[in-house]
Formats: sequence, C-alpha cells, structure tokens
Amino acid sequence: MAETLLLARGLCKSFGALRASDDIDFDLKEGETHAVIGPNGAGKTTFIGQLSGDLRPDTGTIRFAGDDVTALGAPARARKGFARSFQITSIYREFTALDNVALAVQAHAGHSFRFWRKAREESALREPARRMLEEVGLGARADVLAANLAHGEQRQLEVAMALATAPRLLLLDEPVAGMGGDESRRMVAFLAKLKGRQSIILVEHDMDAVFSLADRISVLVYGRIIATGTPGEIRANADVRSAYLGEDAQ
Amino acid sequence: MPGRARVTFWAAMIVLLVLLPPVVAALKQPFYLDLMRRVMIFAIAAVSLNLILGYGGMVSFGHAAYLGIGGYAVGILAFYGVNSGWLQWPLAIGASALVALAIGAVSIRTSGIYFIMITLAFTQMLYYLGVSLEMFGGDDGMRIKTRSQFSGLVDLADPVVFYYLVLTLMLGSLYLVHRLVNSRFGMVLRAAKSNEGRSRALGFSPYLYRLAAFVIAGALCGLAGALLANHTAYITPDFMHWTRSGEIMFMVILGGIATGAGPLLGAVALLVVETVLAGWTEHWQVILGPLLILSVIFFRRGLAGALPGARDG
Repeated sequence: MAETLLLARGLCKSFGALRASDDIDFDLKEGETHAVIGPNGAGKTTFIGQLSGDLRPDTGTIRFAGDDVTALGAPARARKGFARSFQITSIYREFTALDNVALAVQAHAGHSFRFWRKAREESALREPARRMLEEVGLGARADVLAANLAHGEQRQLEVAMALATAPRLLLLDEPVAGMGGDESRRMVAFLAKLKGRQSIILVEHDMDAVFSLADRISVLVYGRIIATGTPGEIRANADVRSAYLGEDAQ
Repeated sequence: MPGRARVTFWAAMIVLLVLLPPVVAALKQPFYLDLMRRVMIFAIAAVSLNLILGYGGMVSFGHAAYLGIGGYAVGILAFYGVNSGWLQWPLAIGASALVALAIGAVSIRTSGIYFIMITLAFTQMLYYLGVSLEMFGGDDGMRIKTRSQFSGLVDLADPVVFYYLVLTLMLGSLYLVHRLVNSRFGMVLRAAKSNEGRSRALGFSPYLYRLAAFVIAGALCGLAGALLANHTAYITPDFMHWTRSGEIMFMVILGGIATGAGPLLGAVALLVVETVLAGWTEHWQVILGPLLILSVIFFRRGLAGALPGARDG
C-alpha cells in the first residue's frame, strides 16, 4: 500500500459545550480519495477547517508527509502543498477567471515581493493559468469576470485555482453543492480524472458523487467517526445505515 | 477600454498642467499657480492613500500623520540651520516610512472599524506631540526661513520652478503606484482585499504584503509633507489634524477609489471647489458639505468612473 500522506490523531475541537470534533483519527494515503460524509451538523466543516489550518484543534495532532503541521496556519500549510475548495465558493469575484488562476500560479511561484514588472504580462504566470483553465473546461471564459460566471463555472474555477498551486493534497468541501444535474455530472467526471494522480479529501453530501469517487469513506456523526471503509463496506454497515444513510443507501 | 482613452486623458492632463505656468503668467494670475501646486501636493498624498485604501482595502483615517512627519522633518532641520534638501527630504521620507512601519505593524492586525480607530488614534497622538513641541512653535507652528536647498540646481523660491518640480514628482508618484498595483505585489494586495480567505488558502500571508504597502504609502505621503512645508514655508500641527486625514480620504473617494486618475481628480475637485466657494462666502462649508454628499451619490465610482478609460483595469 502507498505511503501515508496525512495522519490526524485524536483531534478534539469544542465550541462552548458543543463537541464539534470528538477524538477523530483519520488518515489519507498518497494518491487516495478519502471521502467524509455525515448528516448536517455532524462537524464536517469543523473537521476540514482543522485540516486546512483555519481552525486549531484543542487537542490532537496532524502530520503531513511525516511533519507535524498542527501549529501551522492556513497559508503555511498551503505552501507545504495543501489546496482547498470551500463549501461556499471562494474566488476573487472582481478579477477575471484567468487572473484568478494566475494568482494561484503566482502563490506557488515563491514570494510576491516583486514590485515593478506587470504581473498580467508575465507569461510564466499567464500560460500555466490558461492551460489549467482549458483543462477544467473554462478556456473560452478566461477573460470573463469571475463574478459573472455561472455558479457551476465558479466551482470549476475554484478547483482550477486549487490545482494551479500544484498541490500534494486537495481538500474539497462539497464540490458539487448547489449544482444542477448536468453540471454536477461534469464535475464528478472531472474529479474522476484526478483520481490516482491527486490525493484528495472529499467532504460531500451528494451520495452518488461520494460512492463513485471515493476509495474509502469515513462517516462522521456528532463529531465522531463511526465507521471507515470502502464504499462497499460503508453501504453494508448497519450502524451507518441507521445513523445516517437511511434511504440513500438503497 | 481602452488603453486609448486612457492615453488621451493623461496626455491632455499633462499638457494642461505643463502649460499652466505660461498661461497664468500671461493672465497675471499667479494665485492659480499657487493653487495648482497645492492641489498636486495633495494629489501625491491622495495617491499614496489610494494605494492602501483603494487597492489594499485598508481604510486609514490617519494618513495626515505622514504629511506632518515630512513637514516637521524639513522644518526642524531648517530650524537647526540644515537647509540641504538632499538631507531634509530623505529624512522626511525615511522618518515617515519608519513611523508607518510602527503604526502599521500594530494596526494591520485589526480590520474594519478597529483599523480606522487605531490609525486615527496614532495620528492624534502625533498631532498632540506637535502641539506640545514648544520649541518648534507648539500650537502656533513655526515659519521656515529658508526653503530646502538643492545645491543651486533647483530653486524652490522660484514659484514656477517649484511648480514643475511638484508636477514631476506627482507624475512620478502616479506612475510608481500604477506599476506597484499591477505588479505581483500589487496583485497579492488587491487579491487580499477581494477575498482574504481565498488568499490564505492559496498560501499568501496578507499581513506582510499589507504592511509593505502601508510603509510605501507612508513614505510617499512623507514626501508630500516635505513639499507642503516648502509650499507654505510654515509647519504647524494642523498638518496632522484629523480633519486633514479626512480631506485626503475624501479626495480618494471623490476621485474614485482604486483608480489611477482618481486621487488627482479628487484633489483638483475638492481644493478648487473649496477655493472658489471660500471666495464667495465665509460660510463656504455649508455649501461644500451638501455638494460632497451629492457627488458621492451621483458618482458612485468617483469622478474617474465617469471618465471612460481613466480606470486602471
């Protein structure tokens, strides 16, 4: 089996009396797609926030490629190779699609204390950005303001930005949320192409997407992981069925 | 658009400003030369504020601090008989940069209303420091007997020479900020204003970029302060009064935030209208206030927004 890329042990995070993360153990292997599912309020957003570095766990550790990254904030983790999409699409709305991806390329190209040369005329930023837009199918929309893209296109753009940083770990927070059937199928097909090439942690509500993309699935309920296994094992797990899947498992 | 309208706009602007001295000389109206020189000095201050406010999203309500530091650097050195501009001006710029570094290091950790209040508070401290400096005139301020000397190369006592120096420095400041905001550095600064969470997730730590912009803006405004002290041949704590910070901020907003031409247009509009109204009546502020409110309502994107092509992409 492949190397472990990310290893979380004993993550706890409380907000007042609410235990949003309760002793979570989680791991991701190199090249694997590991999905996290759970009902609303299960603590998925809190969990992914701790992985990305936006939230600090109360206790527990997170190791990435062997290094302890628990104390690192989001920008430092991003520079180590983390990239993410947000549950609510997070892009630069006042910039064009191409600018958005070029900024992601720039983020991966070392520090940006370069004060004179025009960034929009640097082919080292624009060319890779253009190629990435082509790859996600937004090539024709490069010069459109991100705010004017359709919702599905904005989600594609966000994924393109994440990929443009050449990440070692991709955190996808509900990538097909709010998408129509067609858009959603296209996104799932695109993510399927990344499988094996990218190491992905996927938090998703859409069961079709999860069961078609994930190598392993962890089920989060009330801040605890109650089961981890292959899609087949999760489908067959009685606890999971009663706690969460219900009709969806049929 | 249109690069072309932008080029036309700036060419017309530069021609007008370059031709102003011979025109006012022919019309025997030297007052207007003085007015435009003042306008352009404030335009430099407004350009520097636009860098952090317009492009960086940092609403500094204390930008007049650097006018004061730049002005006092010139005035205090002149007081001790050091009249060389080669010493005075770098000190004005350097001291402003240092103070901006200190103020920025603290205030940029906050945002929103807290940022506004902290920058205001720091500037009020400097204002009262100026008031308390009895040696340098305290509340009343102090006359500068000799303007900055540049080894006989540039004579600031000649109004026309001084005018062209200010024009050159203003155009240089506009170009500097134009290059800055379009560089990699500027893209990070603007991106962090647009969506800080996304910037952090991409690996940018906005703090250092914002602090660098804050220091550059302070230094540039320090230069404006050195010019203002020479323009008035006088320094006073009023350079740093909070209403002065408000005026500079208003120039930026009126002209159009995050636009290339905005700060200049805002400085022209505010100071010219103020001067014209003050010529009519001593109650000019009663007229200026409503005018400003109307202009903000009708020019949502500022005066520059009304000019096609004057905006920076």
